[in-house]
Amino acid sequence: MTRSLVLAEVIDGVLAPVTAQAVTAAASLGGDVVLAVVTQEPHDLIEAASLVGVTEIVTVAAPGSDRDHEQALAAAAALVADVDPDQVLAGFTIRSSAYAAALGHLLDLGVVTDAIALRRDESGPLIATRSVYDGRVHAEVELDASRPGLVLVRPSTWEAAEPGGSPTVRSLAVDLPESRVRSVELVRPSGDVDLTRADVIFSVGRGVGSQENVAVFAEVAAKFGAALGSSRPIVDAGWLPASHQVGQTGTTVKPRLYVAFGISGALHHLAGMQNSQTIVVVNSDKNAPLFGHADVGAVEDIHDVVEQLNLLA
Amino acid sequence: MKVLVCVTQVLEVSTYVEFTADGRAVDPAFVTALVNEADLCAVEEALVLVEHAGDGEVVLVSAGEGEADEALRSALSLGPQRAVRAWADGVVASDPRSVAAALMAVVESESPDLVLTGVQSSDTGAQSVGPVLAAMWGVACVPVGRRLSASGSTLALEREFEGGIVERVEVDLPAVVTVQVGANTPRYGSFKDKMRAKKADIDVVVPSSLPPSRTTVARLCVALTGAGRSLELIEGGPAAVAARIADLVREVQS
Ligand SMILES: Cc1cc2nc3c(=O)[nH]c(=O)nc-3n(C[C@H](O)[C@H](O)[C@H](O)COP(=O)(O)OP(=O)(O)OC[C@H]3O[C@@H](n4cnc5c(N)ncnc54)[C@H](O)[C@@H]3O)c2cc1C
Ligand SMILES: Nc1ncnc2c1ncn2[C@@H]1O[C@H](COP(=O)(O)O)[C@@H](O)[C@H]1O
Repeated sequence: MTRSLVLAEVIDGVLAPVTAQAVTAAASLGGDVVLAVVTQEPHDLIEAASLVGVTEIVTVAAPGSDRDHEQALAAAAALVADVDPDQVLAGFTIRSSAYAAALGHLLDLGVVTDAIALRRDESGPLIATRSVYDGRVHAEVELDASRPGLVLVRPSTWEAAEPGGSPTVRSLAVDLPESRVRSVELVRPSGDVDLTRADVIFSVGRGVGSQENVAVFAEVAAKFGAALGSSRPIVDAGWLPASHQVGQTGTTVKPRLYVAFGISGALHHLAGMQNSQTIVVVNSDKNAPLFGHADVGAVEDIHDVVEQLNLLA
Repeated sequence: MKVLVCVTQVLEVSTYVEFTADGRAVDPAFVTALVNEADLCAVEEALVLVEHAGDGEVVLVSAGEGEADEALRSALSLGPQRAVRAWADGVVASDPRSVAAALMAVVESESPDLVLTGVQSSDTGAQSVGPVLAAMWGVACVPVGRRLSASGSTLALEREFEGGIVERVEVDLPAVVTVQVGANTPRYGSFKDKMRAKKADIDVVVPSSLPPSRTTVARLCVALTGAGRSLELIEGGPAAVAARIADLVREVQS
């Protein structure tokens, strides 16, 4: 029987959604699913971690912050030694990627990051599918069966396991090192817009071309009662404050209508908007990957379209 | 201050692709090779650090066969002093641990104060080479970093997390940092640097031992798009597109 170890991700004392998704991915392989919760007060999370499909919860009390990847690495190494799993799963997130490949090296595990599917054929090797080249190609990667595999699963790809399981619970004491990365200050986003509350978002990407053009879109968005979002390069360029950025390192939004102007559709942007109810894409390149995730699309120059929109507002 | 920057070539594939006969790679006829965008941001970050330090050098390294020289030459044209290539038969280009072991041979021969990588290869995005390299070298890694500044043997920088959270951190050198894409605007480099890059000698360092590869790319296939949605294309020019968008907005708001 196979055994999976799922490494939970805890952010601000709460289980991140990707953890319940990783549990589903692990449960799909059958066998035992051990969920490890490494955080300052793991006992507060037992109920949340008692997901259907989890057979055992192992807690590790860890004094560091949830951003301390050196501590996460040491805890994960101890957990793998203790649980002796056939495969280890965690989310493909900044916190997990910070230590996953190092863990793979230290314990000689096969590592696949950003997996979108996982299967094992008839006692054969574990096979993880990755989406590569802008999502145009899928690569099936085989993990060496002689060693445990470590797979980071793409968020929002598996359904979340439901609460209400009845796993056994135990704790594991691990001596954790102090991180060599010293925290000086934590800066949380603050800003002039709250995109999470908007019903309609007009979002601009690099295709907008200049700060002056961003202002044109801002004006038209306001006339339509839409909030203004953007892809990351617009924020990097200083054309909009960070509070406007949609995506993995920005805000996750789920409006009733998301209109993307001149945004190509990188995975990191998709991560923040793919669950919008209706997605509209305007892009002059008919091959832009975002068209593959849209309900309505137009292959047009966004400047021509915004000019026409302005007349209708 | 000596900064080693890891640069790699990434592939942009055309919309229509075919694969090689063994099904494990994209047929070269359907790809364009470029320098990874995040790596150019890492080079820029390194050049600024060395300028501020007042002395030192920026050395580039790429693990790959002959074509890696192209990535090295285009990154050299931004102004780094030297470039080295790491390769041996047996390095598995698709395995970050194998690539990191090759790069490690150059870390050992160069003994830099700081190693920078990009946050990820834009084509296959493992986000793994930096963290593995740091583990092999036995130093700390700060992933997804930007705004680096050094004072003595301490490096200060910002690291990013999901949801717009930023942490300012410090780490003692030597260390590895993976530089976020868009962290800065890489310079173009002077005409002189471009000419120098064209003619530069690129030594090859051969790693002496490689870890076993625990992953194998078994098969590639064309991805089906759709993601559960079906696309309705609006024809009829910008006015028709604007009218449709205005309708959709009104539907939501009514
Ligand atoms: C760890 C990490 C986290 C990240 N987090 C985020 C994040 O939170 N959010 C985010 O957005 N990105 C994020 N990124 C960056 C992401 O990978 C992409 O680089 C970014 O999303 C690209 O933005 P874009 O689509 O605006 O630009 P591009 O990819 O350059 O696309 C511009 C598009 O505009 C089109 N275009 C150009 N001119 C016109 C015109 N006149 N009319 C119509 N179309 C036009 C082009 O055809 C192209 O498709 C992250 C990256 C990393 C590595
Ligand atoms: N073959 C390579 N040679 C040199 N550096 C590399 C190579 N592959 C990856 N890197 C570096 O590691 C970073 C992350 O790559 P990856 O782990 O593939 O996402 C890249 O941005 C490069 O800086």
